[in-house]
Amino acid sequence: MTTTMPLTVPNFGDEATEGRKLAIICSKGNLDMAYPGLILANAALGEGVETHLFFTFWGFDMITKSRMHDLKFTMLGNTATHMPQGLGGLPGMTAMATHQMKKQIQDVGVPDVPEFLEQIVASGGHLWACRMSADMMHLDESDLYDDVEAIISAADFIEKTEGAQLLFI
Amino acid sequence: MTTIHREIHTDAEGFLTEYDEWTDDLAVQLAAGIGIELSDEHWKAIRFLREDYPTHGETATLRRVSTLAGIPVKQLFALFPGKPAKKMAYVAGLPKPRGCV
Repeated sequence: MTTTMPLTVPNFGDEATEGRKLAIICSKGNLDMAYPGLILANAALGEGVETHLFFTFWGFDMITKSRMHDLKFTMLGNTATHMPQGLGGLPGMTAMATHQMKKQIQDVGVPDVPEFLEQIVASGGHLWACRMSADMMHLDESDLYDDVEAIISAADFIEKTEGAQLLFI
Repeated sequence: MTTIHREIHTDAEGFLTEYDEWTDDLAVQLAAGIGIELSDEHWKAIRFLREDYPTHGETATLRRVSTLAGIPVKQLFALFPGKPAKKMAYVAGLPKPRGCV
């Protein structure tokens, strides 16, 4: 297509995304299950969508300072690796699979979990921790990633994300 | 009213399709069209995108701009509000980034 004046200006949809919200519930603590939520949150923020992440149950590992650097990937119970399940139970296999996956993630230029959270917060994303999970695991805000805004109840999260589209991971 | 005297090639959305048709003057006009007045900080991002594209083969994502050009993500959102990656690409005369992160 050839354009002279007037210039075709892309519709960046600033009005359309105004008021659009996305809520993502992260309930898993495996390395491979941490990424879908982070990638979608990052994509939504880049599209101008207000984004809230709620970390609950095993998803708490993603924001717990002592664990967030050390999420693991296991072949056990995951038929999509197309390897014999018995292999996944051998000593050292989870460490090896984790190492391999971290390398693959790094190779495509995607950051590790703490750095990804940092980018999400820098992009305007909101991080919330689940009250019940904190109580069950005897953790408080000092144990959590600094940019987590607060430990809130499920009802609080539902209230904060009124009208949002929701993803449960 | 700004006027572009040269013909430029764009896709249906208005993104330039010919790398070499882009000029500094055009960038100023493209930016103005989406309500952005280019500052030195904007130019730093745009220059990086322009230089990175031919070698990398695709438009840099926000993360790539922030890590390689050293411009914090937060600042990119301030400079190109709403959809920074797409707006930057548009002003730099490049296709929309296709990377996920």
